[in-house]
Amino acid sequence: MEILVCVKRVPQVGGKIVVTADGQDVDTRMAGFAMSPHEECAVEEAIQITERLGGAVSVLTLGPPDAAEQLREALALGAGRAVLLETDGREWGPVATAEEIAAEARRRADGGQGYDLLLLGNEAADTGDYQVGVRVAHALGWPCATGIKGIEITGGTVRARREYRGAEELFEFGLPAVVTVKEGINLPRYPSLPGRLRAKRAAIETHQPQWRPEGLRKQALRVPETERKQATVLGNGVDAVPALLTLLDELGVLP
Amino acid sequence: MTVLCLVELDGAGAADASLRALTFARDVAGPDGQLAAVVFGEAPAGEALAAYGVTDAYVIEPAQLAGYAPLAWGRVLAGLIEATGADAVLAAGTDRGSEVMAHLGALTGLPMAANCVSATRSGPRPGGAGTWQIVRQRWAGLLLEDAELESSPALATVATDTVAPVPAAAPATLTVHAHQPALADGDLAVRATESATRSGGVSLATARVVVGGGRGVGGPDGFAPLEELASLLGGVVGVSRVVTSEGWRPHKQQVGQTGTKITPELYLACGISGAIQHIAGCASAKHIVAVNSDASAPILSHAEYAVIGDLHKVIPALVAAIKARGGSA
Repeated sequence: MEILVCVKRVPQVGGKIVVTADGQDVDTRMAGFAMSPHEECAVEEAIQITERLGGAVSVLTLGPPDAAEQLREALALGAGRAVLLETDGREWGPVATAEEIAAEARRRADGGQGYDLLLLGNEAADTGDYQVGVRVAHALGWPCATGIKGIEITGGTVRARREYRGAEELFEFGLPAVVTVKEGINLPRYPSLPGRLRAKRAAIETHQPQWRPEGLRKQALRVPETERKQATVLGNGVDAVPALLTLLDELGVLP
Repeated sequence: MTVLCLVELDGAGAADASLRALTFARDVAGPDGQLAAVVFGEAPAGEALAAYGVTDAYVIEPAQLAGYAPLAWGRVLAGLIEATGADAVLAAGTDRGSEVMAHLGALTGLPMAANCVSATRSGPRPGGAGTWQIVRQRWAGLLLEDAELESSPALATVATDTVAPVPAAAPATLTVHAHQPALADGDLAVRATESATRSGGVSLATARVVVGGGRGVGGPDGFAPLEELASLLGGVVGVSRVVTSEGWRPHKQQVGQTGTKITPELYLACGISGAIQHIAGCASAKHIVAVNSDASAPILSHAEYAVIGDLHKVIPALVAAIKARGGSA
C-alpha cells in the first residue's frame, strides 16, 4: 500500500487573528506554524493503515521553503519520504494546487511506484476551500470521498464512513482513490525521539511549480466586526451561584 | 438572473441549511429572477419551496437516482447549467453541499467559492466571463475575504451560519419539472450505501443548552458534574479541542472549527480559555456564560456573563441549587 498524504502549513493562531497592514495575509510575526488539524489526522491514518497492511507513506506539501518543517513533523511520526512543492510565498488557489498534486501522483506512477491512496484533510484551517481533494480525484480519474471519519481497506476496496446529521453514511469504492478526512478519525500519536532524529536528517524531494492566477482572486482579508465586550461578572466562586441561577431562570433554560 | 440552488432534504422537508441557502440565492437572483431548486428524492411540498420564492423545482426522483452519490449529483447540476443557462449555482456549505459543488467545479473546470457571506454580480467583462464581488469566510468565519470571482456561471457554497432562513415577501408561482438526468459511466462508483438511523438523544449541533468543558476540567474523570448539569437542563456536554486531543472525551463532543458548530440558547463554558478556534464553534450561541478561575481568560471577551471561580466548586453548587429549586416548586 503506497499512500501519499498532502498536508498544509498554516499559522497557529491562539486567542486572536491579526491581519497584516496590507490586508493580504494573517500576521504571523507573533505566531508559530503547524500542520492543519485534519491533516495531522491524515498522516496518523496513513501510518496506521501501513502498520496493518504494509507499504509506505509519502508526505507532500505545497508551500514556501519553511513548509519543510511540516514535512519533517510527518517524517518524525513515521512517513518515509517527503515531497516539497516549493512556492515563492504567494498564496496558491485550490485549482492549481490540485493540478500540482495530481502531477506528483503521475510522476510517481511513471516511475513505476504509483500511489494506491491519496489522503488529504477535508479542508485547510486557513483558506477553507473545501475542494482540493475532489479536484485531484477528477484530474486522476479516481473515486473520491470527503469528510471521512473511518477507513477500512480490504483487498482493493475502501470502506469509508462519515457522519451525516448525527447518523452515519458509508461509501465503498475501489483503489486507487482519494479520501479526505476530518479530525476525530483517530488520535494522532506524538513523535518518538528516534523519529525526530531521522526526520532531521531526511532528504526532501523538491519541485518548483509555477504559480498561476485563478478565477477566484483574493482582494483583502479582514476580521469581521463583532461586538467584543467584556463579560459582566456575576460574582466569585459559589457565592455567585444564586445570581447564576436567576440568570438561567431568566433565559428560560431551567427545568 | 437565473440561479440554481441545491436543496437538501431533512425528513419530508427542505433542510434548515438549504432554506438559508435559498434565502441567499433569492437575493442573488433578484426580484425578477428565476430561482430554481434542485431536489434529489421525493420533492417536499411545493408550497414550502414557493414560500421561499422558488419559481422552478427540478426534481430527480429516486427511480432516476437513488441515494446520495456526490459525483452524480454534481453531474446533474452540470446538466442543469446547460439546460437553464444559469448565471449562478449555489448550495449550503454543508458536508454534502461542499462536496457536490467541488465535483461541479472539477467537472466544469470553473472556480468554486466556498462559504460565501455575500455575492453580487459586478458585471461581465467585455467579451469575458461574468464577474462577481464576493465576501467569503476563512478560518471557519474568524476571517472574511473580499474577492473577485470571474466565472460563468458563478459556483459557490453559502456560509449558512450568517444567513437566517427568511421566506419571500410573497410566495412565487412554482413550476415543478421531473428531471431525467444524463449520467456518465462511473458517476455512481461512490454512493452512500448505508445510512445508519439517527441515534437517540439530543445532538450537540441542535441542543438548546450546551455545557462546555475545557482544560480546566482537569482530566477525564472531571466531567460528571458537567454531565449532570447538562442532563438537568435538557442539554449536552461539549468540549474544547484540548480535551479531545488529550483523549479525555470523544471527538464527537468537540465544539470548534474542527468539531461541531453549535447554536444553543445557552452555552455555559466551564474551564475553557477561549482559543479562537473554539470561538468559531460557539459564536452563534445566543448567550454565552463563562465559569473560569482566570478573570483575564480570552473567553471573557466573548461571554455575556461570567463567574470567576473553580468550576469544580461552582458547578456542583449550581446542580444542588437547581435540584433544591425543583424540590420546592
